[in-house]
Amino acid sequence: MEQSVREAYGRTLVELGRQNPNIVVLDADLAKSTMTIMFAKEFSERFFDCGIAEQNMIGIAAGLAASGKIVFASTFAVFAPGRCYDQIRMSIAQPSLNVKLVTTHGGVTVGEDGASHQAVEDLALACSFPGFNVVIPADATEAAQAVRLAAQTCGPFYIRLTRPKVPPVYPPDYQFKLGQAATLREGNDVTIMGMGLMVDVALKAAQMLAGDGIECRVLSMSSLKPLDEDAVVKAAQETGAIITVEEHLRHGGLGSTVAQVLAEKRPVPMSIIAINDTYSKSGKPEELLQKQGLTAVNVENTARSLLLRKRSSD
Amino acid sequence: MAKKLRRHVITMIGKAGSGHPGGSLSAVEIVTALYFKVLRHSPANPRWEDRDRFILSKGHAAPLLYAALAESGYLHVDELPSLRTMGSCLQGHCDVTTTPGVEMSSGSLGQGLSFGIGVALAGHLDGRSYRVYVLLGDGECDEGQVWEAAMAAAHFRPSDTKLDNLVAIIDHNKQQIDGWNYEVMNLEPLAEKWKAFGWHTIEADGHDLSQLISAFNEAKQVKGRPTVIIAHTTKGKAVSFMENNPDFHGKAPTADEMDRALEDLK
Repeated sequence: MEQSVREAYGRTLVELGRQNPNIVVLDADLAKSTMTIMFAKEFSERFFDCGIAEQNMIGIAAGLAASGKIVFASTFAVFAPGRCYDQIRMSIAQPSLNVKLVTTHGGVTVGEDGASHQAVEDLALACSFPGFNVVIPADATEAAQAVRLAAQTCGPFYIRLTRPKVPPVYPPDYQFKLGQAATLREGNDVTIMGMGLMVDVALKAAQMLAGDGIECRVLSMSSLKPLDEDAVVKAAQETGAIITVEEHLRHGGLGSTVAQVLAEKRPVPMSIIAINDTYSKSGKPEELLQKQGLTAVNVENTARSLLLRKRSSD
Repeated sequence: MAKKLRRHVITMIGKAGSGHPGGSLSAVEIVTALYFKVLRHSPANPRWEDRDRFILSKGHAAPLLYAALAESGYLHVDELPSLRTMGSCLQGHCDVTTTPGVEMSSGSLGQGLSFGIGVALAGHLDGRSYRVYVLLGDGECDEGQVWEAAMAAAHFRPSDTKLDNLVAIIDHNKQQIDGWNYEVMNLEPLAEKWKAFGWHTIEADGHDLSQLISAFNEAKQVKGRPTVIIAHTTKGKAVSFMENNPDFHGKAPTADEMDRALEDLK
């Protein structure tokens, strides 16, 4: 059954708030959408709505964190880091403060709101800050785990959540770990790496390919930074071909990060499925994903071509 | 002490060969009043939790802050000449990760007041009595974030009170890099703007220590809202050829100019 990653965030904040009086939450007039409203209702004295002023929210978060608070600050992914890049850079990243930016409505699956609200560059920006941890949970369980881990881990985090509900992709005993990829399917013909909503897409593609006897390894790369370089190199060694799929621009996201690792440590044939240097339009989430090729069918076709390339280079 | 700090500023920037003398010299009395009369602080224990916080939002005036930190005992005075050199704890702009006594990394303008709100909110949440002082430049008030912060500081009601533990000081030297404020981007009526945003607003001669100290004392008595002190100052104050000369916003004095400046500051 599909679940809301945003509700998982709101629920987890409330749990954290009950356990730790040092948790403070900020929002920028989107509390009802980001679900920080759940925390605000129970802990009004530790919740500050900063109004439609994201830059100021970042500075306030930094001041609270510098005074010993564990600060969660939320808005849409398109507004942070985008609208307050320099504030995050100087007020949070350079001093390495204990601020957790948890943004929602990442990627094109915001849908009908159109290009102004579709964050497709946010991960490149977030990864560019030295010392930032960048996490893109794939389902509601992982969202809750990542938020809990961020609260327990000193230092800045960027966690990107999505607007649509998502199906569970992990086994019941799964535990998210920073810097660790999760192997969701074993196989040695090709590896498909996804993050966020694209983990489910990768699993579906692998299932279709298995029908033709092509065995795919599927890795969830929720921890984009730090990246599990060992898992990437191992996948290259053992499967000899790698596909990445992400709801983000080609530049500075999962594909380019994985390609950096492979280029230096273990070059193998690779395909990057991502948004190609363009802004999107209004539409239903599934229509927009289809237009950008972020579908199981496109991953399946890409895997078949890549497999030919792999075999011809053997 | 003010003269001593000015001599440090000129010597440090002259030796470094780069830096911002104009806006350091204009804020000397403000920083002197704070570090030597107003702040409750403990130089031996820079991270003391109950210390008053001084946040230099106009981070290019770092040499002035370093001089005050050295004369208060956070640093050794003989560390001052290392300003802007490789390996120094005295960076070109304020860096919280390298200098004891610096509260915030600054230099990209407009961010200090927001940070100050966060520190002031934490003080209320934790029931601490420290006060938060944020020094801004007048040109810095061109930044929209300053006004986002001005609005928020007068709005928040932590612990059913308001942020009366927060004081902003504007070093109103009337100049910025490209010229006079009114030519580059008009700020006036500055005091009326802050009043309209809900701040207790005091205007003072920013080179008169007794006026500044009484303004800080007045701010301590104000309940239910933050205070802003608009300190009227002169850019390059007390060095004849730097006064009101925007060329010395971000230019170091030559060896000859340094001698002449120190002559003025005898």
